[in-house]
Amino acid sequence: MAVQVQTELFDLGELTHGLHAEDPGIGAVATFVGYVRDRNQGDKVNHLYLEHYPGMTERSLQLIVDQAHERWPLQRVTLVHRVGLLKVGEPIVFVGVASEHRHAAFDACAFLMDYLKTRAPFWKREHTPSGERWVEGRESDRRAANRWDA
Amino acid sequence: MILINYFARYREQLGIEGEKIALDGSLKTIDDVRKRLGARGAIWREVLGETSLMCALNQELCTPAAPIEDFDEIAFFPQVTGG
Repeated sequence: MAVQVQTELFDLGELTHGLHAEDPGIGAVATFVGYVRDRNQGDKVNHLYLEHYPGMTERSLQLIVDQAHERWPLQRVTLVHRVGLLKVGEPIVFVGVASEHRHAAFDACAFLMDYLKTRAPFWKREHTPSGERWVEGRESDRRAANRWDA
Repeated sequence: MILINYFARYREQLGIEGEKIALDGSLKTIDDVRKRLGARGAIWREVLGETSLMCALNQELCTPAAPIEDFDEIAFFPQVTGG
């Protein structure tokens, strides 16, 4: 399982273990987990709803994983993204990278998140005490993704 | 015929999830489709005229200059906000 889109919660221990189990050549695993925060832009957030583009979502995530493999010597990559209703404190996304040495794992993990945030078709809808609103894309996320093009 | 999908804020503002339209000789790129749809009224012009608009051709990101063919699936959506 390199790429997975699901509504259910995921098990961090299981995903992390799966990145290096039965491969003694792996010396480094880097993981990133994104969580639902209780505040955004000064407002309280009750929960999130994640919309996506079924079909394209999986394809675009796989494309991003393929690009990471082209850039770094990686043994395994796991990318899990949740959709639907997400409560505050719950995980949204898991990115895990396994390689021989740490630099490839750290860098690939950051690359995967930067590309995912600007190229994978997910949209967050925040539910706040004063109503619902779509989260707008951020310039800082685009800059972060662009640094890998240099 | 081509299939057009709309997502997130665009889907809500335009009041439509998806539709099929007939391809004619003057629709050669995604930008041509965008302009044709913009003629439907102010909200269409406003939403599809956003400079931050993103689009996809057959489920891959592309630019509005991408050429289209019969039976293609295209999509318009605001900037993505996953992760």
